[in-house]
Amino acid sequence: MKWVGLIAVLFTGGLLLSAMDDFPKWGDAHSPANASPVSQYYIEKTIEDSGVPNMVTAVLADYRGYDTMFETVVVLIAGIAIMAILRVMNQIPGGARPSPRHEIGDHHDIIIGTTCRLLIPVLQLFALYVIAHGHHSPGGGFQGGVILGASFILTAIAQGLDPALERLPEKSYVKLAFAGVVIYSGFGVMCLLLGENFLDYGVLHVLLPGIDAAEARSHSMLGVEVGVAFTVSAIMFAIYANLASKGELEGGL
Amino acid sequence: MGEIFKQYVIDHFNFWIAVILMMIGLYAMITKNNLIKKLIGMSIFQTAIILFYVSAGVKDGATIPILEHHAVEVEQVEMLAAAAGHSPSEHAASGHESHAINPDDYSNPLPHVLMLTAIVVGVATLGVALAVSQVIYKNYGTLEESEILAKIKAAENDG
Amino acid sequence: MIWQFDIILLIFLVVTAVISLRVKDLLAASMVFGTYSFLICLLWAGMGAVDVAFTEATVGAGISAVILIATVYNTRRDSSD
Repeated sequence: MKWVGLIAVLFTGGLLLSAMDDFPKWGDAHSPANASPVSQYYIEKTIEDSGVPNMVTAVLADYRGYDTMFETVVVLIAGIAIMAILRVMNQIPGGARPSPRHEIGDHHDIIIGTTCRLLIPVLQLFALYVIAHGHHSPGGGFQGGVILGASFILTAIAQGLDPALERLPEKSYVKLAFAGVVIYSGFGVMCLLLGENFLDYGVLHVLLPGIDAAEARSHSMLGVEVGVAFTVSAIMFAIYANLASKGELEGGL
Repeated sequence: MGEIFKQYVIDHFNFWIAVILMMIGLYAMITKNNLIKKLIGMSIFQTAIILFYVSAGVKDGATIPILEHHAVEVEQVEMLAAAAGHSPSEHAASGHESHAINPDDYSNPLPHVLMLTAIVVGVATLGVALAVSQVIYKNYGTLEESEILAKIKAAENDG
Repeated sequence: MIWQFDIILLIFLVVTAVISLRVKDLLAASMVFGTYSFLICLLWAGMGAVDVAFTEATVGAGISAVILIATVYNTRRDSSD
């Protein structure tokens, strides 16, 4: 088996390495990927179209909004799948052996408890900053959502899973995850109702008096990033809570 | 010899490492016996692909794909002036020359966007795979592929 | 970017990838995989892909190492290869 694998890997790698001469040169500004009209359009026109300095956020939330919307749905479905798989596992009778419920670590350690109590508010505030400031600096819904989810995971690690689930029970995080997707698609449906294409935010300026189409795009991007952050933070906590406790949502790491 | 070495290796160093990491990940996925090791190999394979894409978007001497706030403000002032019907003043016109956006000055944002979502979806699918391996552990009591296959074969022979 | 920095990071990347696949202790393998993610995050930050680096720093070095450890905790720590 090892030899078959090694031969297959060497063959694949050898093919790729033999084509190395055709790859674009390192840092070539005129390689096909960099000189394509699409990416040049993104770089040149982002400011004009939406007034957002961070091109990555603009492309993510506006130009390629469909892509991001369905990526969010994929994250949601993955979270639901994890819950479903582990719940089904607990309903199957038998199985190999019930794992011993060993108590690892004292969840009331004073140093860990105090550190986390001081750290978690700062972490959550930073997550909100990352979400809200994603237009102007690196960041956005995905990163901020993951940091927000990580702050709940830190609560679960420091104080045990049960206190963390008291703060964010399963009903709440499932609702939060779905609310994110609803917010995102809600922006798209609003555009449809106002007579434009799905996720074409420019038309939303009629709802907010005193701003033009470019500003409406910028504000709508913030809205969809908040939706992405809801889904991602809820699902990240759900993944941890279910994997650490084998889907039983008690005890755990 | 030196010419060929430069042409093949120095100019494409990042792509070499991407291919090597891909080979490591693929080898681990095929030959490792432990399911968790296979998943780590899968994640390494995934980061190798992402490294390849991000390397393709790099431009020599280019900065990060975020515009400076000063450039943004100049652009907005000019747009306001154009909207109000004023012809831009001499000063603003000379400023425009130095602040026009040149695509070669910013690295390509498109691969970054595609890969950013790929990372988040990657961790979600890794979570699904880990959940499945917990179910496998509960049903077979092991995460070693050979032992699982042996147990499946034994169960088939019994039935 | 600075090419010396680039080459050092790339070599360490390959080293950590090989180590995380060769250790027999799965907990150690998960931690080394977290290190690998952090190194590749530094590499992307150097290549100007700041958003990708930020995502990898939070997701790869944070969440995926944690969920790997959670699974290892619930299953077995030792591996045959």
